[in-house]
Amino acid sequence: MRRDSNQGHSLFRIAMQSLLSSKATVTAFVVMALVVLLTAAAPLLSPWAIDSTDWESVSTPPSVETGHYFGTDDVGRDIFVRTLYGGRISLLVGLSATMVSLVIGVFWGAIAGYAGGRTDQLMMRFVDVMYAMPFMFFVILLMVYFGRNIFLIFIAVGAVNWLDMARIVRGQALSMKHREFVEAARAGGVSHLNIIRRHIIPNLLGVVIVYVTLTIPQVILVESFLSFLGLGVQEPMTSWGALVNDGAALMESAPWTLFFPALFLALTLFCFNFIGDGLRDALDPRDRAGEP
Amino acid sequence: MLRFTAKRFLGAIPTLLVLMVLAFALIRVAPGGPFDSEKQLSAEIQERLNAAYHLDEPLWQQFFRYLGNLLKGDFGPSFAYADYTVSELIATGFPVSLKLGSLAMLLAVIAGIAIGTMAALKQNTRADYAVMTAAMTGISVPTFVVAPLLVLVFAVTLQWFPAGGLGNWQNLVLPVIALALPQIAYIARLTRGSMIEVLRSDYIRTARAQGLTQAEILLHHALKAAVLPVVSYLGPATAAIITGSVVVEQIFGVPGLGRFFVQGALNRDYTLVMGIVVFYGVLIICFNFFVDIAYRWLDPRVTL
Amino acid sequence: MKPPSALTTPPLLELKSLNVSFAGRDGITRAVKDLSYTLRASETLGIVGESGSGKTQSVMSLMGLLPHNATVSGKAVFNRTDLLALSQSELNRVRGKDIAMVFQDPMTSLNPHLTVSAQMSLVARRHLGQSKRDAFAECKRMLDAVRIPEAAKRINQYPHELSGGMRQRVMIATALLCKPKLLIADEPTTALDVTVQAQILQLMRELQTDFATAVLLITHDMGVVAGTCDRVLVMSKGERVEENFVEPLFATPQHPYTRTLLAAVPRLDEINIKLTPPTGTTPLLEARGLEVAYPVDSNSFFAPPNQLKALRGVDLMLLPGETLGVVGESGCGKSTLARAVLNLIPASAGDVVLMGEPLRQLTATQRRAMRSDMQIIFQDPLASLNPRMTIANILCEPLDTYHPNLSRAQKLRRASIILEKVGLKREQLGRYPHEFSGGQCQRIGIARALMFEPKLIVCDEPVSALDVSVQAKVVQLLIELQQELNLSLVFIAHDLAVVRQISHRVMVMYLGKVVELANRDEIYSSPRHPYTRALISAVPIPDPKSQQRLGFAEISGDLPSPLHPPSGCAFCSRCPLAEPRCANEDPPLRAVGRSMVACHLAE
Repeated sequence: MRRDSNQGHSLFRIAMQSLLSSKATVTAFVVMALVVLLTAAAPLLSPWAIDSTDWESVSTPPSVETGHYFGTDDVGRDIFVRTLYGGRISLLVGLSATMVSLVIGVFWGAIAGYAGGRTDQLMMRFVDVMYAMPFMFFVILLMVYFGRNIFLIFIAVGAVNWLDMARIVRGQALSMKHREFVEAARAGGVSHLNIIRRHIIPNLLGVVIVYVTLTIPQVILVESFLSFLGLGVQEPMTSWGALVNDGAALMESAPWTLFFPALFLALTLFCFNFIGDGLRDALDPRDRAGEP
Repeated sequence: MLRFTAKRFLGAIPTLLVLMVLAFALIRVAPGGPFDSEKQLSAEIQERLNAAYHLDEPLWQQFFRYLGNLLKGDFGPSFAYADYTVSELIATGFPVSLKLGSLAMLLAVIAGIAIGTMAALKQNTRADYAVMTAAMTGISVPTFVVAPLLVLVFAVTLQWFPAGGLGNWQNLVLPVIALALPQIAYIARLTRGSMIEVLRSDYIRTARAQGLTQAEILLHHALKAAVLPVVSYLGPATAAIITGSVVVEQIFGVPGLGRFFVQGALNRDYTLVMGIVVFYGVLIICFNFFVDIAYRWLDPRVTL
Repeated sequence: MKPPSALTTPPLLELKSLNVSFAGRDGITRAVKDLSYTLRASETLGIVGESGSGKTQSVMSLMGLLPHNATVSGKAVFNRTDLLALSQSELNRVRGKDIAMVFQDPMTSLNPHLTVSAQMSLVARRHLGQSKRDAFAECKRMLDAVRIPEAAKRINQYPHELSGGMRQRVMIATALLCKPKLLIADEPTTALDVTVQAQILQLMRELQTDFATAVLLITHDMGVVAGTCDRVLVMSKGERVEENFVEPLFATPQHPYTRTLLAAVPRLDEINIKLTPPTGTTPLLEARGLEVAYPVDSNSFFAPPNQLKALRGVDLMLLPGETLGVVGESGCGKSTLARAVLNLIPASAGDVVLMGEPLRQLTATQRRAMRSDMQIIFQDPLASLNPRMTIANILCEPLDTYHPNLSRAQKLRRASIILEKVGLKREQLGRYPHEFSGGQCQRIGIARALMFEPKLIVCDEPVSALDVSVQAKVVQLLIELQQELNLSLVFIAHDLAVVRQISHRVMVMYLGKVVELANRDEIYSSPRHPYTRALISAVPIPDPKSQQRLGFAEISGDLPSPLHPPSGCAFCSRCPLAEPRCANEDPPLRAVGRSMVACHLAE
């Protein structure tokens, strides 16, 4: 399409502009990008491997000279490298499990919302029942009994989080169904498939994006919680949660082993939450009068 | 009201059944058993143990036996703590967890609503930004990071409070704070958001036009509506506090139900794990029932 | 109305060059510019203007109710104190006590979480220093004063348990609790049905005399002004354009803006638009015994859901090139009728016949093909356009279904032709809905309906969300398009005056039934059903001299719940003429003179 002065400004573009006009959000984006880059480039940044032991320096504080930028733990493993590799696992779990919950949740919620009536009632009743489950306990049981398999973590966590997604999508779909522009499309003879494709999904997208951004940190948190209990990934692999668990034990003798993984974990969660919040505000068309 | 109670009671039955079937299946389908230990027991002893605990019956039979006992209020004997029944273990652990959890919840609700309201009143000022950044940090820093830090600062360095254990109120300070902090942060954010929305609403404008003072408006007009999302969040908050207590009890060495659960899971203590899951399931269902009643009281438009 | 002797009393409120501006993302917007006026004790001043005229902001600034990004300058001297110079706590001693305010939407303006007594007594206790018990008694007295039926019961109820009219009475009762010297009413009847509006306006006139209160009435409705105010101030774009006593203002408006505003107001008592007669005699559209029922959640867990019967057997017939107006208050089923005719919601009984084809007997594919012959225009112009699609995509979308072979360029060409036909520019095709005004969005909605030359357009309240001057243009556009394209229209509205302008025949609905059907002149000159009469007499006429000219009996009370409609005649619970048999026998629609009327007593 032509791009000229008569080109309109889509709501999404306006939202992105307002989002990027905030310095804080841009900073969050940059920090997050840095964390992702660092974890991706981990092998290039340090001579140490994830489980290699440097007997020269055991429990040494951070130092540039030794090459252990974040110090070493009580068996001489490099915390810098371990933090970055642990980040890979944490981020990977966060993304994959969120995708699992996204797919199940959108599918479930959208069907319930469009179908309505009895189907909707049955499907949402199931979600209600699932909501009452002490899921964390189930996840713990899963981990204990089926071994600390990383894929199991994806599925377990994703299976817990889809409930929220299903509820949100269903609510949106239900209200969207009665919006006048959908009625107009129906009056214009547009097929169900095209109504869903052109009218419902694009208008759902905002909510879904926001929700995804806010689910990723939740999942990372769950994974690190499991790792903290010793139920997450297994040696030699590690994750931020497992590192924090190790670090907490050495808190008094080698506080850096707690500090750096905790910092990376908190920083990442903070950035995701912050961006998610910003996205929600930017996509929410309600007036923001009185904003600085 | 009566109808609502009956409806919820009936609705809870399938929920509990699903809960029990799921938990039972998860525990029993898993490899390993309660009597696998380092030293191999002889096949005969193994058999006798299995028979004594009815583990030799088909699974569905075991399930219905469990269900039948449960209806009589019997959670069965613990496998790992040989001399105790599960009921006894829950009776030892739960009061501790309840004290910890309810104190944390109380602190979270009061502090969260107060902080959120203040931030909403000072919306978009520096104070607001500072408080909200702190709250965001509170959500982003997991309990298992906060708890060791609290120990490091207040127990090891400053020596204000003991690092754990049980005893008098000082022992509870740090665990309660560690448990409450993320919830304070979450509730503060919820309250701020809804309070801002409420303060923008037409009926608050009416109240201002009527010359009511800020305090009157907040107390009589705004608060009820603004805490509605917090009330809805109480269910998930309870679940989060129960989960969090697993970590906190571990770190501070508090002998509560959370520790029993993790230990039980690791020991393959079927009945204990099952008992705790069912117990918490019932607890959460009851709690959600009271939350709904509170919601109805706060929002007269909701019909039960 | 009071004699002009009010002039001799000293001013109660004096506004001196009031300016209000808002700081926003796109710089500073001046909402009120250099506004000055005076108001004397027990006088009623009407402030009239369209949306964006700054009329609401001008009074919000007096009450200190503007948002934080607003800047106010000037003076507002009330009782010798400048309101704008008061501190928050000083202002709190004035507002609610000496100056009280009534807002537009009584549903959102009352606190849904508090009972009537709770929110009212807060005011009494603050300003009158009364004890809880005294305050309660005072509130009860005031509810009686605003003639709320069963005040003793209502006082302990929540707002959602009251009808719209009752809520506004509660608002007024609260405002008058402290016997204020000045009552500011911001569009107090805009959210109400026309029969309820008449009741509330009548109440306000009476109370003003009883309480000797000065009133500042803000409204967009010239009819309301004509019947209520002593003086009128016309505002446009933040400025005062004209100020005069009510009679000379209507008789000899000076400013061109006032003149266009008055000319744009559709009048019930005058027809200023000529319509061409229908072009055919074979009906294009017929509906027979149309019924629609919605399931409503029942209270019991096991009981089957209740049925809300939104349409209870409606017949209609429409000729090619004809417009059928459908009028009724909220809850009468007129929007359901629009959707049932188009088959957007399933009818539970009855059938729709389009060009001789009963839609019920068609297959889904055939019905889809028929869709291109009938289109719909919605009430909320912005909500009816997908916010994430450009105008080009919105207009071309229906073509994909029916003319999939057209190239994109061909479709765009057609879209731009239609867009120009409805008065927009083809350059605007690439824009998004939120970049247009309400009137423009409605034009886009019309353009979408026209994309494949339909024979019938159902217009569901197409102008009620628009300003009067925009309303008039959209109605004019519809009339022109009808003549040019030989369209049949079903024009649904709650505004009788608009319906009169555009319709050949008018159908009046009440609780899902047709109560009267006649030619437009017939129905307005000699309405036969008591409900039609009440509707017509309730419409405020924008002429101070001809108020209440028709003199039909007003009706009292509110619409009964559609879940439990009265037995017999649906209107009997509010009818001034009701006889015992009305409560038992449902009157059929029968010919009386040149009209069709559903009333036992009409003759």
